[in-house]
Amino acid sequence: MNFKIVSYILGWVLRIEAVCMLVPCVIALALGENTWTAFLIAITVAAVPGLFLGRKKLRTGNFFIREGYAATGLSWLVISLVGALPFFLSRRIPSFVDAFFEIISGFTTTGSSILSDVEALGKGLLFWRSFSHWIGGMGVLVLLLAILPMNSGYHMQFMKAESPGPAVSKLVPRTSDTAKVLYSIYIALTLIMIIAYMISGMPLYDAVCIGFGTAGTGGFAVRNSGMADYGTVSQILITVFMILFGVNFNVYYLILRKKTGSALKSEELRAYIIYIAVVIAIIAGLVFFRNYRAEGFGYSLHHSAFTVASVISTTGFSTVDFDAWPELAKLLLLVTMVLGACAGSTGGGMKVSRVLLLLKQAARELKILIHPQSVSIVHFDHKPVEHSVIRSVNDFLIFYVLICIGSLLLISIDGFDLTTNLSAVLATLNNIGPGLGKVGPMLNYSGYSDFSKLVLSFNMLAGRLELLPMLMLFYRRTWTKYH
Amino acid sequence: MNIIIIGCGKIGATIAEQLNNEGHRITIIDQNERVLRNIANKLDVLGINGNGAVMEVQREAGVENADILIAVTGSDEVNMLCCLIAKKNANLSTIARIRSPEYENEIEYLRKMLSISMVINPEKMAASEIVRLLEFPFAIEIDSFSRGRVDLIKIRLGEDAPILGIPLQELQKRASVIPLICVIERGNEVIIPRGSTCLQANDMISFIAKPQEAVTFARECRIPFEPNRSIFLIGGSRIAYYTAGMMNVPRHRFQLKLIEQNAERCTDFANRFENMTIINGDGSDQQLLIEEGIEKADAFVALTGIDEENIIMSMFAAKRSVPRRITKINRLDPTVVSEEMNVGSVVSTRMYTSDYVLRFVRGLERTRGVDIEALYTVANGKAEAAEFLVKENNPAYVGIPFAQLKLRKNVLVAAIFRGNEIIRPAGADYMQLNDRVVIITTDRGLHGLEDVLI
Repeated sequence: MNFKIVSYILGWVLRIEAVCMLVPCVIALALGENTWTAFLIAITVAAVPGLFLGRKKLRTGNFFIREGYAATGLSWLVISLVGALPFFLSRRIPSFVDAFFEIISGFTTTGSSILSDVEALGKGLLFWRSFSHWIGGMGVLVLLLAILPMNSGYHMQFMKAESPGPAVSKLVPRTSDTAKVLYSIYIALTLIMIIAYMISGMPLYDAVCIGFGTAGTGGFAVRNSGMADYGTVSQILITVFMILFGVNFNVYYLILRKKTGSALKSEELRAYIIYIAVVIAIIAGLVFFRNYRAEGFGYSLHHSAFTVASVISTTGFSTVDFDAWPELAKLLLLVTMVLGACAGSTGGGMKVSRVLLLLKQAARELKILIHPQSVSIVHFDHKPVEHSVIRSVNDFLIFYVLICIGSLLLISIDGFDLTTNLSAVLATLNNIGPGLGKVGPMLNYSGYSDFSKLVLSFNMLAGRLELLPMLMLFYRRTWTKYH
Repeated sequence: MNIIIIGCGKIGATIAEQLNNEGHRITIIDQNERVLRNIANKLDVLGINGNGAVMEVQREAGVENADILIAVTGSDEVNMLCCLIAKKNANLSTIARIRSPEYENEIEYLRKMLSISMVINPEKMAASEIVRLLEFPFAIEIDSFSRGRVDLIKIRLGEDAPILGIPLQELQKRASVIPLICVIERGNEVIIPRGSTCLQANDMISFIAKPQEAVTFARECRIPFEPNRSIFLIGGSRIAYYTAGMMNVPRHRFQLKLIEQNAERCTDFANRFENMTIINGDGSDQQLLIEEGIEKADAFVALTGIDEENIIMSMFAAKRSVPRRITKINRLDPTVVSEEMNVGSVVSTRMYTSDYVLRFVRGLERTRGVDIEALYTVANGKAEAAEFLVKENNPAYVGIPFAQLKLRKNVLVAAIFRGNEIIRPAGADYMQLNDRVVIITTDRGLHGLEDVLI
């Protein structure tokens, strides 16, 4: 393990975080909230080691895959530890574990909260909470790649470790240019969205914060009532943008390059859109007959569309209490949670392309049973899929199930019912936010013990980084000299 | 610059690595996914899986925005096709590897017809390097530029060279052959000489001269060397074919002896080269080498396809006191061969090709927005040779003898190409319209011929 390079990367990540925290600090100061001192201390805590560790120029020697993965895992832990400080130091969240849970939920774009009264945080802290969604959505290390000049192929490992999807590929030859392209699309889409929100009647502060939450597919609200306060037009806009941010960013790049045709041919995009349409239709029908007869079908359609978009993009905003919906609707939502958004988007979950690959592979296994001599290769987007990608998808599923079972066992110690526990594990591991039962959309995670909160925090980080970078941190050979 | 490389073999990978280090944006096209994955793990490049001669694949690699396309697949024909297709669809410079001796005679025609900017033939480049090493055994380094038409030969002056301490213009009057000295390296300093410059002991001087003049000049400078006469070539590879072709001219008076295992190849060589001794046998057979008189040989050139075999044979030749040994290394990194291994000069097709491409790319980058036709770095990159075309009848310099032109400091006119003629300019020569003028300089700010004058 090359600790020099890892600490250099950590230094730069801390620098970025310090700069990011300046924004809420200034907001708190401008609005006369006393939380700005907490921000100032946190900025100092980030900036001093950041300036120290990042000062030496990076030499490219001995930087391999494990350094890339370890640096990614550690960076996320470190920014969460430092990012929790403003909540903790300002005493708005008195327990450090709670503050840590809250900011991890922010950076990993989960949106699970332990707070029942969010407005009590003050606008500075609320802004930081939402801003963390935006930073975590595209990723800190991707931002770092766009800023730092690095030219060895190994830096692609950061992007692989941080960006979701079974096979992360570059858009343009240079990793740093790819990162710049991704961030440009991200920033442009976010700006368009914020302006659209404001036109629909949202106040500036809400539009920006909810915009960050939508862009990162996070899900923190800035009002105790969640999204219910906003007008129907705003809610429809949020629905549309949640779905858009769950789309692979390569699609937007192709559209920018005037290759809309090939962008729309993407199998994953089609499956994503069709799945959304089908599930919305089913749930809208169910809730119309069971819950919202009085309000009408339009109302049912609107809220089921909002909820499905919110769950599949793994955002986790809510307009209604879907915990009160029929069992089939709730189960469909749980399945949608696991499915998640498209690869290469800001969303979480298993990713549509992974599930498609698993299904295709299962079909192939059946075919091989019937024709034992047949040579059959899984195709995706009309291209043969390499065996290594298939293997990584299988491995992902194994790790995913293991983590699910393990954390379910661990949080069951607290004694909640199975629905609550299972949905809590799935909602955190897939970076959604609200679950069902006692962690439903109108409730929060404060009932869990500190230990369970740490387990769920691990789930959120593992889910955001697609399991491996976090697991690597616990693998002994990552840290030994001769591996 | 945006560069597309088609073919990710040894040469493609080496070129990609060098260009990546120089900060260019590289896309590699290859049909083998595994090779692509390997290189994308090592370098910051984009890999595209597919046949590079297919337009769709080239489009996917972004050929419209590319500045250079380098085709180095295993097949000459595919390489030509790649360049042709790219050139029809985009405005870029193309480089193709064409190495079959069959195309050799019409290479200029092909180049023009397919509008390929540069043709690389690694085997031929290695062969001409071998010939230069044998022809100028006194040279430390030979830079060649203007498509190989001018050789810049570098030698180190000893303590006893009789030309030390005399201004160059005086030396010129002494009648004996003094070639055009272009660059003097003195310690870390690089000097472009003028008439008043004096040479010192231990100077490294680079000069342009005809082969025979160079030999005479080296003698005059009292540089100890033995001319190479009897030469062993081991392995009838493509490099051997080109080497033999270049050396088998009467003026060299080389006696070539080729040892090749394959009888058919031996016949091919015998058909093509009538004055060559061709032995059908195993070059690694020491008994055979001794029988064939290796102990009396002046030079031993190991050119088989197996690097390890070449190294071992050269070591054996060293033991049998062959003064000059040349070893071809292809697959291995040439730096693994250390001085102690005693294999003599190392010739690596991979390195020549990537150096050559690198120079082309650097030149292209430097000539953007300036009036330079081609640009080459010489003397280990410390000086540049820039090729200008005399486009207009500018009375400031056209038609005026060089003796009367006031040139800037650190600038030297090294050669003039007029049609097929190469002029090594003296005081009485002058530039004409449509001449190509090669200027050697340490000054990097040249934009046009006007800048050469004070």
